[in-house]
Amino acid sequence: MPPDEMGIPTSRRAVFEANFVAFRTLLIKEIRRFLRIWPQTLIPPAISMALYFAIFGAIIGRRIGQMAGFDYMEFIVPGLIMMSVITNAYANVSASFFSAKFQRSIEALLVSPTPNSVMLAGFIAGGVARGLAVAAIVTVMAAFFIEIRIHNWFVTLGMLLLTATLFSLGGFINGLFADKFDDISIIPAFVLTPLTYLGGVFYALDLLPGIWRTLSYFNPIVYMVASFRYGFFGYSGDVPVAISFFAVAAFVVVFWFLSLWLLQRGTGLRT
Amino acid sequence: MPNQPALRIEGLKKVYAGGFEALKGIDLQVEQGDFFALLGPNGAGKSTTIGVICSLVVKSSGSVEIFGLDIDRHFAAAKRMIGVVPQEFNFSIFERVGDIVETQAGFYGLGGVRARQQTQKYLRKLGLWDKRNEQARHLSGGMKRRLMIARALVHEPRLLILDEPTAGVDIEIRRSMWAFLREMNEAGTTIILTTHYLEEAESLCRNIAIIDHGEIVENTSMRSLLQQLSTETLVLDLAEPIQEMPDLLPFKVRRVESACLEVDIARGQNLNEVFARLDSAGIRVRSMRNKSNRLEQLFVALTQSEGSAESLVHAAG
Repeated sequence: MPPDEMGIPTSRRAVFEANFVAFRTLLIKEIRRFLRIWPQTLIPPAISMALYFAIFGAIIGRRIGQMAGFDYMEFIVPGLIMMSVITNAYANVSASFFSAKFQRSIEALLVSPTPNSVMLAGFIAGGVARGLAVAAIVTVMAAFFIEIRIHNWFVTLGMLLLTATLFSLGGFINGLFADKFDDISIIPAFVLTPLTYLGGVFYALDLLPGIWRTLSYFNPIVYMVASFRYGFFGYSGDVPVAISFFAVAAFVVVFWFLSLWLLQRGTGLRT
Repeated sequence: MPNQPALRIEGLKKVYAGGFEALKGIDLQVEQGDFFALLGPNGAGKSTTIGVICSLVVKSSGSVEIFGLDIDRHFAAAKRMIGVVPQEFNFSIFERVGDIVETQAGFYGLGGVRARQQTQKYLRKLGLWDKRNEQARHLSGGMKRRLMIARALVHEPRLLILDEPTAGVDIEIRRSMWAFLREMNEAGTTIILTTHYLEEAESLCRNIAIIDHGEIVENTSMRSLLQQLSTETLVLDLAEPIQEMPDLLPFKVRRVESACLEVDIARGQNLNEVFARLDSAGIRVRSMRNKSNRLEQLFVALTQSEGSAESLVHAAG
C-alpha cells in the first residue's frame, strides 16, 4: 500500500520540511556539543593563535620586517585564521562522528527516516560552524595586533566556507573509516599539520629555492591560504585565485559524493 | 493498512563478510496489535533480524515489510512506523536527558513545540521528567533503560521493537516496565520483544517465534506452544514429613525431601486423581508449584536439539 494512503506525509513539501527539521536538529546537536566542551574546542585555538601572534608576529616578526611587501604580522594573519579553520573543521567532524559511532548513538540517527544526504549535511554544517566560530575568535584576537581590512569579501568568505566544508568532509570520511580514537589523530598529525605549516602560512613561496617551490604547488593548502590572503590584501603571489576557488569547490563536490557513496554502502556503519 | 501485518519477513538471509550465515532465509509474520516474542540463544540471529528491520544491518536477500511498506522501496515511510529500543545503551552519556529525546523527535521531522510536547509526554510517562536537565551519565541503569524507551516512543511508532529491554534492571522496575508495555500494547501499539527472561515472554506475549542458528524453529501462539508440553513436573510441599513413598501409580512420584514430593503429570492425566490418592494415604499437601518455568523447559529443548520442532517438543516432555 502506498504510504500516502496510510496517512504518512509524502508530498515534496512535507518531506522537505521533515528533512529540514532533521538537518536543523543535527546541526543544533553538533553546535551544542562543541559549545558544551568549549575548553577543548574554542579555548585551545585561541591560546595557540595568541602565541603565534606574540612570538612570530610581535617578537620575531619585528626582526623579519616585511614579507611580500606587507608587515610580517599582517602577512601571517590570513594563514593563521585558515590554519585554525582547517584544523577545527576537520577535528570537529572526525571526533564527533567517531564518538557517535563509538558510543553507538549514531544508531539513533540511522534507524530514523533521515536520508543519508541530510545526515551528511548536518555533520558537515556542524564542522563548518565550529570552523567559523574559531575563525571569528582568531580574527578578533588578530584585531588587537593589526588593522583588519578586507579587499574582497566574496573571496574571503567564499574561501573560508569552502575550506571549512572541504575539511569537514575530510573529517567525516576519516570518522567513517576509523575503528579507534588513534585513527582520527593520525591524519591531522601526519598529513594536515605538515601540509598546513608548509602551505605558505608563515612565508611567501618565492622565498623557497627551486625544487621546494615547485613541490609546494602540489600542496592544496597553498591555494587556500593564498586565495584567502588575496581576500584580505589583494595579494596571492603567483597563485591564480579564480582557479584555486573552482578547484577547491570541485574537491568539495568530489568529497561530498564520495562521502555519500560511502554512507550508502554502509561503510563503517552498517554491517 | 487494516489487513496488512505489522511485520512481514520473507526469505530473509544475511551472510556476513567472512561467510558466516546469520540468517538462513527466515519467514516471519507479526499481526497488528500483537505482543510478539522473538526468542533464541545468544548468536541465534535475533539481533541480526532486528538490525535488518531497523536498517542497521544490510540484508543479503529477502524482503521486509512494515505495515505493508517495503523497507527498500518506502525507506522513510517504513521507518516512521518503527521505534527501536536496543539491547545496549546507545546515547551520548554527556547529553541531557531532555535533549536526547527531543533530538530524536527532530530526526523524525518533529520540530519546535511538537518535539517539546512529545518529549514531555514520554519523559513524564516513564518517570524521567524530573531528570530532564541532567546528563544521561547520572542516571541509574533502570532510568537509562526507560530513557531509551521514551526515545523510541517520541515519534509514536505503530511498531515497537524491544531488544532485551529489562536486562539488568531490578524486579520492581521490570514489573513497572511490563505494566507500561501492556498499556502501550492495549492502546494499539504492536510490540516485538526479545528477552532472556522467559518468564517475561510468557507473561507478556501472545505469540512467539524461536530462532536458532539463523532459522525459525517454532512460530506459534504462546498458548499452543505451552500446550505442547507433554509432561509437567509439580512440586508438592507436604504438611508433615512422610517415611514411605505412597503408591500413586500410574503417576511418577519422587520424594525430594521428607516433606516434599515431585510428581510428573502427563498430558491427559487428571490432577484431582493425584490429590485423591494422596488424601486416601493420609498425606496433606500444604502448597504446590511448577518445578521449572514451562517456557524455559521448551526453549531449552527447542534450541539444544537438531531435530524437528515436533520431536523437540516431545523431548521437552
